[in-house]
Order: sequence, then C-alpha cells, then structure tokens
Amino acid sequence: MNKVIVGNHAVSWGVKLARTEVISAYPITPQTQIVEELSDMCARGALNARFIKVESEHSAMAACIGASAAGVRTFTATSSQGLALMHELLHWAGLGRHPIVMANVNRAMGPGWNIWTDQNDSLSQRDTGWIQLYCETNQEVLDTTIQAFKLAEAVNIPVMIILDAFFLSHTSEPVDIPDQVTVDRFLAQRETSIKLDVADPHAFNALVRPDAYMEMRKDQQDWMRRAKTVYAEIETEWKALFGREYGKIEPYRTDDAELILVTSGTVTSTTRHVVDQMRERGTRVGLVKIKMFRPFPTDDIRRALSGAIKVAVLDRNISPGRSGIFAEEIRSALYNIPMDDRPKIFGYIVGLGGRDVTPAVIEDIVEQTQIATQPTREDLWVGVKP
Amino acid sequence: MRELRIHGRGGQGAVIASKFLAVAFFRDGKWVQSFPAFGVERRGAPVTAFLRLDDDPIRLRCEIVNPDDLIVLDPTLVGAVDVTGGLKKRGSILINSPHPPETYGELLKTFEVATVDASAIATRHGIGSKTQPIVNTAIVGAFAAYSGIVTLESVCEAIEEEVPLHTGRNVDAAKEAAEAVRTLGKVKAVP
Repeated sequence: MNKVIVGNHAVSWGVKLARTEVISAYPITPQTQIVEELSDMCARGALNARFIKVESEHSAMAACIGASAAGVRTFTATSSQGLALMHELLHWAGLGRHPIVMANVNRAMGPGWNIWTDQNDSLSQRDTGWIQLYCETNQEVLDTTIQAFKLAEAVNIPVMIILDAFFLSHTSEPVDIPDQVTVDRFLAQRETSIKLDVADPHAFNALVRPDAYMEMRKDQQDWMRRAKTVYAEIETEWKALFGREYGKIEPYRTDDAELILVTSGTVTSTTRHVVDQMRERGTRVGLVKIKMFRPFPTDDIRRALSGAIKVAVLDRNISPGRSGIFAEEIRSALYNIPMDDRPKIFGYIVGLGGRDVTPAVIEDIVEQTQIATQPTREDLWVGVKP
Repeated sequence: MRELRIHGRGGQGAVIASKFLAVAFFRDGKWVQSFPAFGVERRGAPVTAFLRLDDDPIRLRCEIVNPDDLIVLDPTLVGAVDVTGGLKKRGSILINSPHPPETYGELLKTFEVATVDASAIATRHGIGSKTQPIVNTAIVGAFAAYSGIVTLESVCEAIEEEVPLHTGRNVDAAKEAAEAVRTLGKVKAVP
C-alpha cells in the first residue's frame, strides 16, 4: 500500500507492523507525532500494545527496560534533551542487553534553544552500547524500524533509529507500507529464555565484581561486532521479501572517483543530486553514505575509501574541542591501512541547528576540497557568518 | 521538478493543503515531497508550507527558496509579508480574493496572477466559521483548474483521503472553486 506520510508516521507504521507489545514515551518536539500516532493506534485497537504514559524520558526508558526484561518487544521515541535525560538508562539498556528499539529524531542540543536538526544528541550517546542507524528517506525509516527489532533481538543489543528533524520527521513523501502477512514472515514474535518470570525467579543486573565485569564488556563488544554480519543477513532477507536494501554504508558513483564525499542522514539525498550534476560535467566525484554508525563498519569504510585521493566528510555535528565526529571516526578507520592508499580527509562542519545544506553548500565543499592540497585544520566550518 | 509555496495564517489549513495537494499529485503519478516551514506556529501568524513534484524520485532535501508557484490563502498577507520573495519570474500566484486579478497590478508586472473567492465558497459550504472560514480545500480546487498540472479528480480524492471532517462539503467547495477561478479578464474554464 502506497501512502504519502511524514517520517514520524513512517516510524509509527513500522512499530505497528512489528507487533510491538509495550510502548512507553514522553512527548518532545519534533518526535511527538511518532508516539501520538502510536497512542491513537493503541486506543482504537489497531495495535495490541500496552502504552505506558510516564512523567519523563528517564522514566520512559526505565519502563522500556522493565518490559524488555520481561521478554516483550518494546519501543520508545525521543529527541535531543529528552535523549540526554535518558543517558543513565541508555547505558543500563545497553549493558543489560535489552533489545529495545528507539527512534531518535535528530534535534540540536540547547542552549540556544533549538528544535531543528543536527546529530549532536544521538552522537553524544555513542558509547552507551546502542546500535545506531541513520536514515535518509521515509521509506528507509519505515523499513529500518521493522528490521531494527529483528536485529536487536538477534544480538540482544538495543537499536536507535535516527531521522533528521523536519527534513524527514515532518516531510510527507510516498512510502510503500508493507503488508502485515509478509512482515509476519520476516519478524516472528520475540522469544527469549532469559527473562523476568514469577514462576522461575532470577535476579538481574546485581553486583558484578572485577573478576567478571570485564568479560561482560567483552561479550557486549563481540556481539556488537557480530551485529554487522547479522544486519547484512537481515537485509538480504528483507530484500528477498520487499525488494529494497540500504547497506551499512552505500557507495554511490565511487568508481574511479578522485574525491569522495561522506554523508549521513538527509544531506545524503541532496549530495546525490550534486554528484549526479558534477558527474555530467566530468568531475570524478562520488559519495559514501554511512547508515550504521555503531557498530562502526570499519572494513566497509576501508574498502570504499581507500584509493581515493581526497575524502570530504560532511558532519552535521561537532565534538567541541576536536572536529566533526564522523570525520574523526573515518580518520581513525583509515590510519592503519597502507600509507599509499590513504586519502586526505577533509572534515567539514555543516548544517548545525538545522541550517540548510543546499546544493550550493555542497558544491562549495567540492570546490574547496579540489583546490586544497591538504586541510588547513581538522574542522572546516562552512557558511559561518563573520 | 516544480516547487510550490503556500502562504496562510495559522489555523487556515496551509500545511494540510500542502499535504493533500501532495497526495493529489501522487495520485496523478508524480513523485512528491511536502513540508511545513520548519519552526513553531501560532494561530493567526503567517504560515508557509511547501511542495516539490517531479516525474522522478526527489533527491533535494533542503528548503525551497525559488518556487515556481504560490498559493495565498489570505489576501491580507500580500503586502504584509514578502509573499513573492524568491518567486521565479513569470511564476504564478493564486490568491484567495474577492477581487479580479487586475487589482494586483504591481504583481502582474512580474508574475501571473489569478484569484478565487475561496472565503465566500468555504463559508457557503459551512467550512470553518463565518469569520474564520477554512479555505484550503476551495483554493486547492481552484489551483487544479487554474494550473492544469493536477487533476481536480485527484484533488477531490485526496481531500476524501486526508480531510476527515465535513469531507463532502470540502469536496463540493473544491469543485465550485475550480469553476470560479479568475485569470486576467476572464473566468477560466475547467480544462
């Protein structure tokens, strides 16, 4: 069924089709439509889930952890300050290995109080033990939401689906909504032997001494690594049923490219447009979209970028005192490849607090990168007023 | 690629108009993308909403600054805000107004102007209140007839899909407005 829907409702549809059993959330712009629609679906019986209203995002995540520990499929959604308020419990969900799925609508952190998009909210949760998947279109948002439950439950790691404020959350576009019967073939009800059960009591997450804690972390790391393979398998299965796939990363027109742009989120679409136009004029430019940020697809990145002369990373985020975060990860991923294959990495900071990233901005980045022999600094700010 | 901008005031239905017009284009086989001005809204304050349409999937995901067409839900916005800002030369403007296009002599120098008395039509069909009629369905019906780039049939189907309250009246208002658009010197017939 094709429908013209906003990105927020694409999430809601995914959560519904995944037959989610418990939803707990607290409203925050620009996420609110996601849980508003889910609440309505629950109220009219379209979705047989328990919707738990809470007094804060901290409580929402706590409720999700409890429900997930009881063995049911669990979802929440948030943005920005709401995600930050969850921080303590994001670690708890990650290390407790609760396969919760959460949608985070990327919204800049305040102050200055800002409801528009950038990635500093989700990227500041990088080390909490959540898988992070950044989406480009409303179709990808819906598909990824359903896939996320399968991935989370296969590796017992929570998954954060990330979509840009307004450019996806409030933008309507055609989405092919899969039918329930086929989704049911893809995603069965959650089954787990380790769960809270009054008939078989266990204590979870008690004191772990130094003699065992490190093994817990290593186990989490091993499963994080495994998540990359599992995600690829899930995508193969998804493609067989629905004909679509996205990849952990997606190289676009990178064959013979001398300069490769690296993007995530909706900036990717506008960059595709620019790459197509420049290719017509004979410029050897390509694009790599990063969808999976955690676990970081190091091998895929190495394959896609080694051999290029220059790489320009567009970061809609900033690590204060350092540089753009994707650029930082990419520099690190490419350091241990042979010196001759290593491209120069140009890290551009764009679009913070929702500032528009237009084709002109991207063309400017391409030109600046072409002219320079090497970056003058590791954070190259684009379009900042004097 | 064609880009539209819709101007209204909070509460007049500009954002909903961009949504069901997008659905109408989609029914006509176009790829579409519609979105409100990204920000916060207040009842009565100027509001804008946007729409892109194309024969191919739409790659651009940035704001629209140089639209091809405008739809203006409230005539008091003309002059009060920079309605035509960025509008392409000879771009079209459809204004909800009881007056003929000739009234907008200044605009006619650079743009194409059409008018339709959407407020009167909406009031006649009991949509909104007499002081605050909701004119979005009427003016989009007029847009279908005036622009010729979307069928009135698809607009009516989109209204049925997207407007849950007083659906029949809204469809009737769209049809009536399609007959009542005024271009320079004439009432344009439905194509």
